[in-house]
Amino acid sequence: MNIFQVFLEAFRAMSMNRLRAGLTMLGIIIGVGAVVLMLAIGESVREDINRRISAMGSNVMVIFPGSSTSNGVRAGRGVVQTLTLQDAQAIGQLPSFSGVAAIVQQPFQVASGTTNWNANVSGVTPEYFSIKDWNTELGSLFGEVEIRSASRVAVIGRTVASNLYGEADPIGQTIRIRNRPFEVIGVLENKGSDLGGGDQDDAVFVPLTTARQQLIRWGQPGSIHYALAQAASASQVQDAIYDASQLLRTRHRVRDDQEDDFTIRDLASIAEAAQGIATALTLLLGAIGSISLLVGGIGIMNIMLVSVTERTREIGIRMALGAKRRDVLLQFLTEAVVICVCGGALGVLFAYLGSLAITKLSPMEVGISMTGIVIAFSFSALIGIFFGLYPAKRAAALKPVEALRYE
Amino acid sequence: MTGQTLMTLTDIKKSYFNAEIETPVLHGINVTINRGEFVAIMGQSGSGKSTLMNILGCLDTPTSGSFVLNGKEVGTLNDNELAQIRNETIGFVFQGFNLLKRMPLVDNVALPLLYAGVSMAEARKRATEKLTQTGLGAFTKRLPNQISGGQQQRVAISRALVCEPALILADEPTGNLDTTTSVEIMNLFTRLNEEQGMSILIVTHEPDVAKYAKRLVRLKDGYVTYDGPVADAHL
Repeated sequence: MNIFQVFLEAFRAMSMNRLRAGLTMLGIIIGVGAVVLMLAIGESVREDINRRISAMGSNVMVIFPGSSTSNGVRAGRGVVQTLTLQDAQAIGQLPSFSGVAAIVQQPFQVASGTTNWNANVSGVTPEYFSIKDWNTELGSLFGEVEIRSASRVAVIGRTVASNLYGEADPIGQTIRIRNRPFEVIGVLENKGSDLGGGDQDDAVFVPLTTARQQLIRWGQPGSIHYALAQAASASQVQDAIYDASQLLRTRHRVRDDQEDDFTIRDLASIAEAAQGIATALTLLLGAIGSISLLVGGIGIMNIMLVSVTERTREIGIRMALGAKRRDVLLQFLTEAVVICVCGGALGVLFAYLGSLAITKLSPMEVGISMTGIVIAFSFSALIGIFFGLYPAKRAAALKPVEALRYE
Repeated sequence: MTGQTLMTLTDIKKSYFNAEIETPVLHGINVTINRGEFVAIMGQSGSGKSTLMNILGCLDTPTSGSFVLNGKEVGTLNDNELAQIRNETIGFVFQGFNLLKRMPLVDNVALPLLYAGVSMAEARKRATEKLTQTGLGAFTKRLPNQISGGQQQRVAISRALVCEPALILADEPTGNLDTTTSVEIMNLFTRLNEEQGMSILIVTHEPDVAKYAKRLVRLKDGYVTYDGPVADAHL
């Protein structure tokens, strides 16, 4: 018998008992559908996290003034004023760094015409945008010229632009921060929420010098809230942290027996932790899906065993007509595989419909990947072989005489 | 071909073992059958005729003794070789017809050819020819439950003939049929024997059926009690 005939027989056997074949298949449909959909959800969560991580900038670390481990009274971050623009610039000169931005920030009421909005106003150096890999959607960013002249220009985030101007073009408009007019020169592209869920687009950026002189009256003239520093490469992150802390200790004249008066936090490690969670989530969801696939597989085995018993006489007739044990084995194995593969195909279809529904009904974007489909498909064929083999072997091991006599 | 030896049974014994207890069923059968013979094997139930039929059909192997079929010693063959012999050399006809109920008649008849490795198209062509020969050419696409018992048995005979076997082995072929239909089926066997020289072996307990054969082998309690022309036997 060639493989085409074997498949024809399998379809014939299935069409003989459609309800049973359908119910058996349902187990596989649910199993495969669950695996594909769960993996897709896990994957989309991972992609979401990756997007947020890359939005933070790559190889980025944050340098705060104040120690996280000082004895006695602990100062919260930002309270001490030991970190200065000059510190940040010195770090920027280190070979292990490709860029450093200095930042001060404070929430203000931002007004334009009759509308107003509360936003976080940050005074930043131009490197900030390159480190965060953040470009304008409209207009342009400010540069060294605006820093030097302490111009009253502002680059606003998407959320602020929408709230103040709606659909209108904000470029060239004037916004008032602390009753001082600023010209809007750029609108930043949408960046979404950060890992903590905060809206990164709800922000206004002005040149650091302008902010220090006219908006944020705090501490020494040169002090900054924090610095965002980018290591030259991923492999240099640890070196960069060491170099920066040595430099800051020297500049701040910290004695050897004293602790750092600053904190360097490596965002890559936060990113790693987040990715670890995403991987664990994907595994967990995959495991839940796999259990339903396993249950479906056991259903197949159960039905195939019943089928072998019911068709004992048929097996006997086939053997009398010249079927070898291999033919009988192949026949029942093919039936199990056909049920599994058909169920797998329908399962993928249902997973696809499910992903469309989830994408429509929830903020998550779930896409079924080709790899997921291929894995689920080959997996369901394997399930068919694995759970079909034992019943098929039972069928093939029947003695012709006894099988023929079976009523 | 007629006159040559088809099978030789030498001191065939068969016992069944149940929990180490031996139940002998055949006590040394010696029979030689030539090609072209039409033989009836008769016996009461319990005489061992079903067991002998299973051995002759290569569905079972004897406990001891030699069974040479078509020049081959069957006792030493493995499962696959036995399956091949059943496929190529023997055509089975059963009391209950034993057609596969979900298959159209043409596919039922074609099945042995598929196991012989013949292509689907060729197998269906030859199956249709056989069905036409037995007068069922119009019913090829029907399912077994859509035709009468006598027609089903003729389908089964077509299936037995499709691989051009050396021997037709029929087990109570008229057991499920009424008298008129039985006569038709037995006439068909007779024609196959006389016109095509087909060797036919019929296992039965009915004298009316046995009398269509030329030679009678009577079994009783596992022994051959008569082996000779049907005409001379007291049926």
